[in-house]
Amino acid sequence: MTVLSVDGLSKTFDVYVLDDTRVVGLDDVSFDVREGEFLAVVGASGSGKSSLLNCLYRTYDPSSGEVVYRGPDGDVDLATCPDRTIIALRGDTIGYASQFLDEIPRVPAVDVVARPLVERDVDRTDARATARRLLSALAVPEELWQAYPATFSGGERQRVNLAQALAPKPDLLLLDEPTSALDPETRRAAVDLLSSYPGSETTVVGVFHDTDVVEAVADRVLVLEDGRLQRVVPVEAYDGEVVIE
Amino acid sequence: MTLLEAENLQTVYGPGCSRCIESTGDRAGTNQCSHCGSVVACAEADLGVEAAEVLGIVGESGSGKSSLAELLALERDDDATTAGDIRYDGHDGNLLEVDYETRHDLRTREIALVHQHIRDGLNVAFTGGGNVAEKLLSAGHRSYEEVRERVRELFEETEVPVARIDDLTHTYSGGMQRRVQIARALATDPNLIVLDEPTTGLDVSVQARVLDTFRRVQREEGVAAIVVSHDLSVVRLLADRTLVMRHGRIVESGLTDRIMEDPHHEYTQTLINSVI
Amino acid sequence: MTDHATPPDGETPDDEPPDGGAPVPTDSVDAALASLDSDGVAGYNYAYLDEHTKRELRRSMLKAVAIPGHQVPYASRPMPLARGWGTGGIQASLSILGPDDIFKVIDQGADESVNAANIRRLAENTADVSTTTDTTEADLIQSRHRIPEEVLTDEQRLVLQVPITDALRMVDSSDAANRRRHAHKNYGKMWVHLYENVVEYGEIQIASRYPTMVADRYLMDPSPIPRWDVPKLDDADHLTVLAAGREARIYAVPPHTEVEPLAFEDRSFTVERFPGRACHACESTDTYLVEVSEGATESETDTFETRYTCNDSSFCEKRRTNPGIPKDHHLDREGVDWGPELSDVATDDAENATERGGNDE
Repeated sequence: MTVLSVDGLSKTFDVYVLDDTRVVGLDDVSFDVREGEFLAVVGASGSGKSSLLNCLYRTYDPSSGEVVYRGPDGDVDLATCPDRTIIALRGDTIGYASQFLDEIPRVPAVDVVARPLVERDVDRTDARATARRLLSALAVPEELWQAYPATFSGGERQRVNLAQALAPKPDLLLLDEPTSALDPETRRAAVDLLSSYPGSETTVVGVFHDTDVVEAVADRVLVLEDGRLQRVVPVEAYDGEVVIE
Repeated sequence: MTLLEAENLQTVYGPGCSRCIESTGDRAGTNQCSHCGSVVACAEADLGVEAAEVLGIVGESGSGKSSLAELLALERDDDATTAGDIRYDGHDGNLLEVDYETRHDLRTREIALVHQHIRDGLNVAFTGGGNVAEKLLSAGHRSYEEVRERVRELFEETEVPVARIDDLTHTYSGGMQRRVQIARALATDPNLIVLDEPTTGLDVSVQARVLDTFRRVQREEGVAAIVVSHDLSVVRLLADRTLVMRHGRIVESGLTDRIMEDPHHEYTQTLINSVI
Repeated sequence: MTDHATPPDGETPDDEPPDGGAPVPTDSVDAALASLDSDGVAGYNYAYLDEHTKRELRRSMLKAVAIPGHQVPYASRPMPLARGWGTGGIQASLSILGPDDIFKVIDQGADESVNAANIRRLAENTADVSTTTDTTEADLIQSRHRIPEEVLTDEQRLVLQVPITDALRMVDSSDAANRRRHAHKNYGKMWVHLYENVVEYGEIQIASRYPTMVADRYLMDPSPIPRWDVPKLDDADHLTVLAAGREARIYAVPPHTEVEPLAFEDRSFTVERFPGRACHACESTDTYLVEVSEGATESETDTFETRYTCNDSSFCEKRRTNPGIPKDHHLDREGVDWGPELSDVATDDAENATERGGNDE
């Protein structure tokens, strides 16, 4: 069953501060994502990977096109629905992990990860147990669990961030290069978790840089080139080739 | 559920004339009426806040954000002519037209304002605890021990050292005074808090603590908030949705991350680029 | 103090005669004085004040009665003594006294104080009233700092002299802001004062001018009476008029009005206690006592002795001849709730008395 239908999605930026330059981010991108699928988005820098994810999460306002999300409460066009619908979906069924952690300083890592669960009325003890399990799976050293992520290294913070996004098991999970700052060893832990933790109902759209990660986690691969969809192929047919300038 | 719904809010300083609105605003590029000289501090402002939602209002000095915040916090400025319509959940009629008593009651129990200037929000001749207690006592609490306990709780919640509870407020640091204001605002479990420039006059590390405290408490208590700031990072950290103001008008509104990452209006782009 | 009808010594009288009547001879000071002397009190209107002034005062009092606890402004007149010496009380008394009234004046519980005696004489001379020191005989009692111990009846009126009219002045010097607070019954600031008082002392420590709610609407300064006297205002049979000359304000507690001192549920209002003490003269233990330091009477040595005595001197006098006389002895009823609750005080007193007795001896 299709859970996300992207049809003719375009994004242009009118940059007034650069003499009214019009920049094209995405140009008429269409694809479907099936329920429970793991779709990897790949492409060269500037090909529109992050723009696509931002449009799906509505951090960018799509210029045209539809992003129909078949959520638990019926179909919603994420491209045009009211801001508050987006806020409600973000709090409920759509998760997002960026490359960077934007969290309250002076909150222990375990509580940072547990927070989305607590906000969804999960008992605090249970939420912390889940958080510990995720941090452990991501090979975050146990002595850091009670420390403040603001003091962590880039790789540690990224793992806390990923754990936080995974914790509530959102129906639709958007990941923007969640493994970019990880060394090979911890990246393997992340890959293992990404392929095992999200349930069969969780649909993932993730931007990845590394072919080995893509091959390990993805069901299908979407290749972007200069803001346009180049192809969507099953991971078995993906050769790791992206156009690199 | 919509907690507060405001339409066509307007604050004018000066005599005002029939052409004030058309001759001010974003397109006119000024907030001063060229016909009568009145300053249209804010006009044509529509907005809504839902329960537990945080709305940011950004803009440079003189953009009208504080005037808008004052209207929403039911502050009255006798020098200004105000108009508009504010509906509040569970209350019949326009909040801008209520009598003093109702307004006082709403401000004691429902809508709390954290002032930009400490001396507007706190009585520095009282103890810190006394300032927080005042809110509870005004709301009719009559048990000393209960008031005392609640004040202690609020001090802990807002991270003001409880040991300082009985010191006079003017002996507190700027950051502590700001947190006492937040504690005071929270005392009666209001549904809406208006924060006017919550970090002004604080150094950066203190700013962070005040914002952390507020964000944590806001989420824990599920209280809605309107955060007014010229500082985009404040709004980025706190607000779900954001309004951008210029020349007394709302020029852009949307999800806070959208405003920051994909600003549409020319002015918003300038504002964001000037920071980053 | 000079008599009201005597012009200042050594000064040439003004050309204008005080009564506006026949010109005063100006050839010599003696002659001028003689002519004024002959005029005497007869030159003044009944009860010293002119009729317009009295009418205005009565109207203000009526308004004050109609809005219990609310401060009503009036045109306070110059009186033959300085403002701050009871001029408000005098004006209130003189404008409601009639020739058949019996007038009593006390100053801090004493009828004999110079100020009380002078006010009494002024009323005698100008309003033709008789006076008394016996609380039960008086129709009108003017008092400074006390309410008599003996229960007042619905036939009696009490005028209290007030130096500061607004209880909120304690917490804010701005009268404009305080008026706004009264208008909206916004007494949060006073409550903070009480809160901080408890923080500092563990209990509310306000010796006199105890902030008091009248009819659950206005916060009132009950004048500098001790806390002991505040409960006497609650649901009283008599009318109390509080008048300030300097501040030109009158307010009132009508009969049977609820008067409640501000206090917390768990830090209640308490009156002064005198554990183990009794009046050295009448042996009273249920009256407001004051400490007096006196030279040991018989031998004129330098040793002073601290003793306690009733502050209400006329009631003390009565009890000296009739020790068992209760405070409501003159009423038709008995057990009238008047003043502080004494049942628990008695217990406390008994305990404290034994404890302290050992220390004192």
